[in-house]
Amino acid sequence: MTAAQNLVPRLLELAARRFDQDTSGLAPEDDLFEKLGIDSYQAMELLTDLEEEFEVEIPDYEIQGVNTFGGLAEVISRRL
Amino acid sequence: MRLPLPWQARLLARKVGGMVEGMVEDALPRPKPAGFEFRGEALSTTLHGQTLLVTLHHEPCNEIGQTALSELEIVARLLSHPGDQVRAAIFHSSVERGFCAGADLRELHAGMSAKAGEGGGKLAIAAAAREFIDRIHAAFDAIDMAPITTIGVLHGFCFGGGFELALCCDVLIAEKSTRFAFPELRLGLVPGFGGIPRLKRDIGNAVIRDILFTGRSINAKKAQEVGLVSQVVPRGRGLEVAEKLAEQAARFDGPTTAAAKRFTKPLPKEELARERDLFIELLGSDVVEAALRKFVESDDVRPYLP
Repeated sequence: MTAAQNLVPRLLELAARRFDQDTSGLAPEDDLFEKLGIDSYQAMELLTDLEEEFEVEIPDYEIQGVNTFGGLAEVISRRL
Repeated sequence: MRLPLPWQARLLARKVGGMVEGMVEDALPRPKPAGFEFRGEALSTTLHGQTLLVTLHHEPCNEIGQTALSELEIVARLLSHPGDQVRAAIFHSSVERGFCAGADLRELHAGMSAKAGEGGGKLAIAAAAREFIDRIHAAFDAIDMAPITTIGVLHGFCFGGGFELALCCDVLIAEKSTRFAFPELRLGLVPGFGGIPRLKRDIGNAVIRDILFTGRSINAKKAQEVGLVSQVVPRGRGLEVAEKLAEQAARFDGPTTAAAKRFTKPLPKEELARERDLFIELLGSDVVEAALRKFVESDDVRPYLP
């Protein structure tokens, strides 16, 4: 399992908790914006939560074009 | 990234007038405050004890256009002459999305398009923009130099012109949800409401260049680490913390506080003037027109990034 794959469960749990969803309904390959139904403000909130949870800085431009939970985990893993 | 129903797009249909066009006409009615109590379209002021509470309440995220500017001018006048009644002021937002997302770019784009349509060309746009920028600088400078303690309570979006408004305050309290950004370079501009000169008073140039040259946002924790924010508090607790701070500040001698403020927070007049010139110069470029049009038409979840 890669470092990014190891992060996915925590990431899904955090997203589910923040947006009041069931973790079992989220998968790494899901489009997080479609799945969570979030707007720009909520995307910002998620970014802040991720930075706090994983104790990293995630510049916005590094996640531009990243649409899946798995892709997000890849970006975070490179910052750990 | 995609956004199912972008809040930005919902603005398109409701824009009236134009930031630039409105400045030339300068004919908007100016609401008159009754004492320290004022209720406008973009903001309201109320007196709580000796603290003036300035509440930004314009959906979707307190974008600063003609209306907001006119009402900020009222606040600026109140804060310039607070008398004995007001010893502190708190700026905060009752809008869920954040403190302020910055200038109303759709209004700016509409105003520039209207000017271009009238055949006035870039000179007319520059003249109108200069008037608007001069007015906003006058209002922000007055807020910045108010002879009382001013506190900014921030949450969510604190971007561009909103960030610049926050920087006028003496003390910044950021809820954990706050994100700061200067996305102006994406538009072919620099911050035009005094942001960089004011920010340079507080933090180092290395950090300023990072956020300015990338347009990235930083969170409240990072903002505190670099010295921009003095307190980070949980979501929804900022106002309560600010009220206690305001009460404490009001216990000190007023003239002493005013003198201490003049000493510790001088207005960077020369840099502010240079910033105004640079902003107006850049505003005339074709890059800005194209970038504004792209922003207005964008449904991207982070439209402030290139």
